[in-house]
Parts: sequence; structure tokens; C-alpha cells
Amino acid sequence: MNKPNLKAGDFKSDLTPIWCPGCGDFHVLMSITKALAAIGRPPEEVAAVSGIGCSSRIPAYTNCYGFHGVHGRALPVAAGLKVARPDLTVLALSGDGDGFSIGGNHFLHACRRNIDMTYIVMDNRVYGMTKGQPSPTTEPDWDSALSPGGTGLSPFHPLVIALASGANFVAREFSGDIKGSTATIIEAIRHPGFSFVEILSPCVTFRPDEREWKGKVHKASVPETDDPGRAARRIMTDDGMNTGILYRGKRRPYHASVCDELGDIGALEAAFEI
Amino acid sequence: MTQTEMVRDDVSFAVVGTGGKGAITAGSILLEVAGKGGWHGLLNRSVGPQIRGGEAAALVRLATRPAFTMSRNFNILVALDWKNADRFIAAMPVARGGLVICDPTSGAPPQAVLDTDCTLVEVPIAQMAKAIKGGRENMIAVGLVAHLIGFSEAAVMEIVAAKLGRKGQEAVDIGRTCLEAGMAAAEAITPTFPLAPAPKSEARRWLITGNEAVGLGVLRGGVRFAAAYPITPATEVLEYLAPALARTGGALVQAEDELASINMALGASFGGRPSVTATSGPGLSLMMESLGLAAASETPVVVIDVMRAGPSTGIATKSEQSDLNIAVYGFHGDAPHVVLAPLSVADCLFTGQFAVHVAETLQSPVIVLSDQSIGQSRVLIDRPADMQFLTRRKAYRASGESYKRYALTADGVSPMAIPGQPGGQYTADGLTHGESGAPSSAAKDQREQMNKRARKIALFDFGDHWGVAEGDADADTVILTWGSLTGAAREVLGVKGVRARLVALRLISPFPKAQLEAALASAKRVLIVEQSASGQLYRHIRAHMDLPGELRQLNREGPDLIGPDEIAAHIRDWNLS
Repeated sequence: MNKPNLKAGDFKSDLTPIWCPGCGDFHVLMSITKALAAIGRPPEEVAAVSGIGCSSRIPAYTNCYGFHGVHGRALPVAAGLKVARPDLTVLALSGDGDGFSIGGNHFLHACRRNIDMTYIVMDNRVYGMTKGQPSPTTEPDWDSALSPGGTGLSPFHPLVIALASGANFVAREFSGDIKGSTATIIEAIRHPGFSFVEILSPCVTFRPDEREWKGKVHKASVPETDDPGRAARRIMTDDGMNTGILYRGKRRPYHASVCDELGDIGALEAAFEI
Repeated sequence: MTQTEMVRDDVSFAVVGTGGKGAITAGSILLEVAGKGGWHGLLNRSVGPQIRGGEAAALVRLATRPAFTMSRNFNILVALDWKNADRFIAAMPVARGGLVICDPTSGAPPQAVLDTDCTLVEVPIAQMAKAIKGGRENMIAVGLVAHLIGFSEAAVMEIVAAKLGRKGQEAVDIGRTCLEAGMAAAEAITPTFPLAPAPKSEARRWLITGNEAVGLGVLRGGVRFAAAYPITPATEVLEYLAPALARTGGALVQAEDELASINMALGASFGGRPSVTATSGPGLSLMMESLGLAAASETPVVVIDVMRAGPSTGIATKSEQSDLNIAVYGFHGDAPHVVLAPLSVADCLFTGQFAVHVAETLQSPVIVLSDQSIGQSRVLIDRPADMQFLTRRKAYRASGESYKRYALTADGVSPMAIPGQPGGQYTADGLTHGESGAPSSAAKDQREQMNKRARKIALFDFGDHWGVAEGDADADTVILTWGSLTGAAREVLGVKGVRARLVALRLISPFPKAQLEAALASAKRVLIVEQSASGQLYRHIRAHMDLPGELRQLNREGPDLIGPDEIAAHIRDWNLS
């Protein structure tokens, strides 16, 4: 039952986030709660699932059902939940270390599997909770105690991977653009199948340079497409700072789900009788 | 009647041949004939690591009484060929006075066979099959064995027709011609091994594997969701559950790895659906971190571990009881949980169902330690009784007060809200948390929640389901074992000249100390029997209690399974010493 009079505040818990002052994740929390209010389902019909990291603290800051699991495994928890309970709105929330490094394999297969859920990754290109190590999206020359002089490794490109792996909705937003992020999250939730939204969310503590993102991000100059070929060409020449919806596909979502009604277990016995 | 024609209560035979020749089908047909006729029995497959073209053998034991373990003395061995025989012949030793039938064109029998005091008979099986248009060697073998053990052509044809009927009447007719040819060829062969008449029984009979039985068990327990990653020898649990869940309104999802499968199961369970996954040792290792999450977040889940020989990849197709340590002690932190082990193929059904009951009631992970030797054994059993458990999570009911998911209760179990319930919103968390679920690093919360989780496991009444105590209650000697080896120990109880009783553990953790102390109270000798090189059960028991009287161990690694004869011999030697 939709309740159109819901407000963002109805989706917030009374816990105070542990995030550093200036963290982009505050804005992402705001965008998510605004989007959920606009969607209009009551908080108890929404589940927020996460792994480990600064961004993964989000579920407890919402007033939805939450599952704060182990590092890297938000997507399989969310997948099991959505198949078991297709009636719920399921969000998986993650960061670049949680989602692309330790949980990287699940990302590929969640895109393939195309279960109807929304995956929001707060990308700050650093492991913040462990105090500043390079993540898969960190620039190769970013100096840190764990990788002096930089990793020398090519950064992981989340949107390219999502598109190539079959995600049905692919977008990027910037945390500071609450209006844009909210609008895109609403579209992502509404779109059937697996929706992926990367939100550039600065870590001002370990990546003070990311304060400059505000001036670097820009709305993509071309409209979204439902043609994966066009989306691929566009994203391969992307500067990493384009925001907006890149791709909205037409794949059929994953089919299997648990029904409320239980079938006749006794009937299964016939297979063993001789 | 000559001595060799005396009827027997127990006959074992093996059919071997290159994979694809249908040796296992031949064994299956004869097992089904026995089932229809009221006999007991079981079939084990012995297969090489190759998927196609390796060796394959059907090991079959038929008996007038329930049979739990595979024979170590085969009366009849039929070899369609001897390819790779050196690799498997040790698993099917031919009994003194046994009969070996082989094709003269397939080369010399392996030395192990030639060294046995048995009768070697050559039958041109391949040539006979070739002479029949569409003929198959394995059906000739069915005819040979059927005649030698005294099955009628009509009884065998009933099963053959049912099996081949789908392929049309022509296939059935070819089957009959092959069967008749095999039976006719056997007329000239001695010795024979006729089975004694089957006991009269009104019980409905099932033919089922341990992997199927544990699958049906968890469905009876209320499982609605399974996550699956294939692994030998557990895959059949998942392949059983996939269509069975679809038929009953549930769902199975194939995961990308075991890290995903356990977490999918946790997600579904968080959503209110009883959930399961099945794996073997390597997969269980991958799941351990998330099983700790299940314990900390109090999310019910059942993990079935069909144990195989380890460590590492080990021998994927062969049995061992060596995952007790990881199942009981493999969690990081202190994480009370439950570990159960089925005591037979039939008991896989009960234990599977009980595991779901316990997981749901205690909001806890439950690990079920089955193993390859029962998981992949196909056994004739009487239909197991229906078990009624009141499987229910303690539900959250809206009260107007703010909900405390992890409320400190007397029995340690807290009401669990299910997504969709207004007012029940909480965040399930692996972080240490207070009663509301809010993360906490306070010593008080760590202590209180730790104690609460320990309390709910410690206070649960497992009733009579902790294990079994069988046999002569006055016997001084106790065979103490667990899981699948219970079958071998059970067969010892019927052996002449061995006075012993059996105590077998189904409940591995929490350790049923009081029950075991009572069961062993009058024992003077305790023999701990297990399929583990390091004696994991022995160490587990000794960590919790002192045992009365003399104590001995009979243990070794798999896949060379400890059998009833070996246990009996050990007890006899002990009595002499």
C-alpha cells in the first residue's frame, strides 16, 4: 500500500552516523531517504543490505529493515532476500573496497543474474575505515603507507564492468548533487532488474583532494540509451566525472522466487517409493 | 543341496566396467528388484576421477535384515572389462569361495583377484551382447547375477520394463533378450549364492540416498529457500532440492561461490524463509566467516556438509569424518551454535528435519555433518516415520514499545521481526550490538549478548535426539561413535561372540555431556570409533569429560572405511588381552 505523504525523515533512524564531518555519505543517506519517500512504500517494506566499510553503516541509519553483514557480501544477502521476499524493495549499499575488491565477484554475477534490486556504491577511491589504503578505483600514483609511491595498477571501472556484465540500469551520480542523486535513485528503484548506481562520495579525511570533485563533476552531455553498444562506446571514453543515467536496459529480471503458499511436501515422497 | 547352494541371509556382488557401459545401472536394477521383493540392501558407486571413460563399479549388498554398510567380502564380481582394475579392485575384495565372472577378451584379471581363493569363470559377455541387435553388456550382467542369487526373470523384467519403458517396447524387448541370455549362461555356473526368502513386512519401502533423504528432511522441516554451489559429494542434495523446491513453491538459486551461497541463505532467512545450503569441506571452509555472522546476527540457517576425504581437495569422491573440528571449532570469536550428524541414510531424513527445527527455534546456524558414505549410498529402507516438530521462530508482535531485536530474555531467544512487519524494523548486525541492535563497543553489551547467545544453545532441550544407545545394556564394552559409522557399529551388535553395546552421537555440539555420562555410566571399556586420522571425535569427547574404565581408539583417515568385522575383531582382541 503506497503512502504518498511519506517524508525523508520517516526513513531515518535516531542513530548518529559515525562518519567524519564532510563525508559524502551524509548526502547519500539524504538522497536515499528522499528517494524512498518519493517512491512511497512504508519503511517496513524496504530492506537495506550492506557489507563492511564506512558506507556500509548506512542500514542502521535508516528506519528500514537492515542487514549489516560481512565484508564484501552485501549482494548475495540482498539476492537471497529478494528471491525469498519478492514483495520487498531491496537496496544493496556498498563502497568501492567492499563492492569491487573483496566483493568483486558478486558484482559480476549480480549484474548477470539481474534480480530486481538497486545497488548503490559510494565510491571514494579509498579504504576509509582502515585509515587510507588504495581501493580498486584508486588512481595508480596515489601514495599511501600500504603502497608507497602508488599501486601502479589500472583503476577498476565500475560502469564498464556493470554494463559488460549485464546490469539492467547503469548510472553515476555525485553525492553533493542531492537532487540529481535522488532522481536517479528513484529511477533505479523503479526500473526492473538489477540497477547499479555509482555515487562519487568524497572521503575528505584520507582524500582531501576529492573536495575538488564538486567542481569537476558535470552532467553527461548525451541522453541515456537502451542500446548497450552505444552505452559501451560512450563509457569507454568517459572521464569518470560524467553524471546521470548511462543505460536503461530491457532484460527480463530473474524469474525464480518463493511463494507465500507452501506446496504438498508429502507428494515428494512418491519419488522414493518402490 | 551342496554347501555353496545353501541360501544366504546376506549376499554381496559388484559389477565393474569402463564408465558408460552401465555397470551402475545393472546394480541399480538388481537393488530395485530386491526392494520390490522385500529384501534390504544398499548400493555404492565406486567411480574414478574421470567423468567419462574411467572405471565405474556398482557395489551391491542385499540382505534379509537392514544393511547399513557396504560389504568387505564380495560373493560375486562381474567384470565387463578390467580397465583400470588396479585402481579400484581393493574396494571390492572377493570372499573366499567367491565367484569372479569376466570376459575372456578383456585380458587377465588383476593379481588381487588371481590371489583370491575363488572360482574364475569366463563368459563372453561382449560377444553375447553383440549377437543381440541393440544388446547391452550390462543387461547380460544383470541376467548372470539375477540367476546366481535366485531372482526370477519376471521379477527382474518388472523393473527393467519400468526403466526402459520410456524408450519404447523395442528397448524393453532387447532388455528381455539380454536378460534371458545372461540367465541362461549362468545356469552352467557354480557356485551360486541364492538369497534366503525376504521377511514379510507391511512397511512401505523406499529406495533413497542419504543426499536425497537430507534434502527431503529439510523440506519437511519447512525450508523454502536453498542456495547452491556445486561440490562433490554434496551436489545431489542441491540437485534434489532444485526441482523439489520449485514444486512446493520455494526457490533455489545457484550462487557464484560458497561465499555467496551462505550469504544468500542468510538473506532469505532474514526475510523470514527457512533456508539451507549444502556443501563439502572446501566449501564449508569458505562459509565459516558468514556462519559467524549467522551466530552473531542470530539468523537461522542450516548448512549440510557432506564430508569427503581432506584436507584441501583431498579425495572428492570418497568419505571421511574429518570436518568435526571445523564445524565445532572453526568459528573465529566465541560463537555457540549447533552441529548434528545423521546416523544412517534413513536418519538423514530425521536429522535434516530436526536441524531446521533447531535452527529456527534457536535463531542459530546449524551444521549437519553427513558424509559421502551415506550421502551417495542408495539404500532400501522402510518409510521413515513422520516427525512432528513445532518449528516456529519466536515472532515479533507489535506492542507500542520500541522493538528490541536482541532483547535479553530468560531462554536467550528474542522475538524476531520479519521484513514487512510495521514497527519491527531493525538492522541485523555482525557488529557487537545492544538489545536494540544498535552497534556497540561497550564491554557490557559484548558480555550480555555473548551470554544470551550461549544461554539459548545451552538451555535448549535436545530430548532423546542427542544420540542412540543400543544393544545389550549389561555389556561392559561400549562402541562409542558418531554419524555414518553408527551403521558399522550397529552391525557388530549382531555378531556372535562379541558382547558390546553401541552409543552413537547425533548431537556433536553443544556436547551432550550429561546424556553421554548416563549412557556410559556402567561401561568398563569404551572403544571410540571414527574415520579421522587425528581422532577428532576422541579429542572432542576428552575435552568435555572423563570416560569410565579403559579407553581405546579405532580410527584412521578415509577412504578405507572402518567396517563391522574390523570393530568386532578389535573387541575380540581386547577381550583376549
